[in-house]
Amino acid sequence: MTRPILQVKNISLSFRGVKAISDLSFDVAEGEICALIGPNGAGKSSLLNILNGVYRPDAGEIVFVGTPFHEINPLDAARRGIGRGFQNNALFSGMSVMDNVIVGLSRHSRTTIIEEALSLPRARREAMQFRQRAAEVLGLFGLTPYAKTIVGTLAYGLQKKVEIARAVVSDPALLLLDEPLAGMNAAEKEDVLAVIADLNRRLMLTIVLIEHDIAAVMKLAHHIVVLDYGRKLAYGAPDAVRNNPAVIAAYLGGRKNEVAA
Amino acid sequence: MSFFLETLIGGLLSGTMLSLAAIGFVLIYKASGVFNYSQGSLLLLGALTFATLTGKGFPMIPTLAVTIVLLILAALAIERFLLRPLTNRSPMTLFMATLGLAYIIEGVAQGVMGAEVQALDLGIEDIPIFVGDILISQFDLVAAGVAITLTAILSFIFHRTRFGISLRAVADDTRAALSLGMDINRIWQIVWSLAGIVGLVAGLLWGARQGVQFSLSLVVLKALPVLIIGGFTSVAGAIAGGLIVGAGESLAETYLGPFVGGGITPWFAYVLALVFLSFRPAGLFGERQIERV
Repeated sequence: MTRPILQVKNISLSFRGVKAISDLSFDVAEGEICALIGPNGAGKSSLLNILNGVYRPDAGEIVFVGTPFHEINPLDAARRGIGRGFQNNALFSGMSVMDNVIVGLSRHSRTTIIEEALSLPRARREAMQFRQRAAEVLGLFGLTPYAKTIVGTLAYGLQKKVEIARAVVSDPALLLLDEPLAGMNAAEKEDVLAVIADLNRRLMLTIVLIEHDIAAVMKLAHHIVVLDYGRKLAYGAPDAVRNNPAVIAAYLGGRKNEVAA
Repeated sequence: MSFFLETLIGGLLSGTMLSLAAIGFVLIYKASGVFNYSQGSLLLLGALTFATLTGKGFPMIPTLAVTIVLLILAALAIERFLLRPLTNRSPMTLFMATLGLAYIIEGVAQGVMGAEVQALDLGIEDIPIFVGDILISQFDLVAAGVAITLTAILSFIFHRTRFGISLRAVADDTRAALSLGMDINRIWQIVWSLAGIVGLVAGLLWGARQGVQFSLSLVVLKALPVLIIGGFTSVAGAIAGGLIVGAGESLAETYLGPFVGGGITPWFAYVLALVFLSFRPAGLFGERQIERV
């Protein structure tokens, strides 16, 4: 295992006394895909929200690229290189595909808003660079034909690809995805799965994702964290998790065949 | 015929004053989906500061600069102490906060600078001139020119610059914009500053016409039908809405007024707005449905 890019250390989180996550610890190695699975309410999305600074844990520590998080917010998280996709997409639906992806580059912006509003030379140069970079990424995702399309009018699967493109255009060190395959038909799933695997293999992008499609997770992930009621039930490679008796009993309710599928 | 044209043109020109008042609302609605009730108070604050200082004999241009700085400081304070603590709250919560803010600004501004009516002389002659055989108010012409210039600048910012893209992104999905590293606090600071400055321009023109006093802050009520007609999210819509209301009021007062005993102006805009609400609830250029409250 290479050095961990992300360390989750004894994290606990509760909402008004209700424990969402208790004493959770695991590491994510650089360049791997780590999947979080578990039933609804197991604390998966809460953990993702901690990782990009939306929530602050009550106890424990997140260490990202060797630096601990102290009181970070989503803006800091983005600036440190944590990209994120949302459940059911969170695109700027009234804007074009191109503009969506350009906004993804915000964290690299070095011009002030005043310069941008007045279109001063430095802002214009940066806008050009951003446009070029966005066009490159659209090409990589096969989205070039849709560059000028209003994103809200695209099919759901394409929208998901736009969202992922928007999250990776800024070269994040870590990508968080929340149920990237939810609500898709088989063809769309295939497509998005290939995109995720490709990002990981070709760009060595580290990915932490939540997914309910167990078959896809087994194929995609290097490590799996199984959560149940905010606790870590199991951790390991897909095969180890598949055969873990605690997982089979608690999460999968003994339906081992479904896991093997 | 020339009397009709005169009525129409006069109405259109005074409509641009309504548009100016409405644009300030559009800016903030675009960036945060909130109807900023305190826009009228900002307008009053700007006009009152300007009138008070020039009334004490300060020259106009430096006073204008000082007033703009004051409005920017106010925008920074509003962002820091009102908007930031309310991040991710519902638009309704933010609306209520702006309602409270309106009272604070009005109270402080009048407490410091007094509540008497202050005359404001911008040095623009309000003598009508003949264009062909049509009588047109010079002051209205200047006001229209200012409104058109301001709209052109704002449209450029919204549609041709990256700040415009950022603004639309924040309005569309704040959570996603944040996660991409967009500094939304900074964006709010700028938007509120811009809204303050637009309010100042509107306040000066309105103030020069009817005196600077508390009732200036009631342009909120004048702007509302304009926004409903034009759409809350479009600067062009605010202009169109203002023109429609201005022309409508003027024509209605002249041609319908005699039949109902006059006094149409105060309510006619609302009738127009109601008609638009039934047929086109998002307004002429609006992007989203207005929520029923």
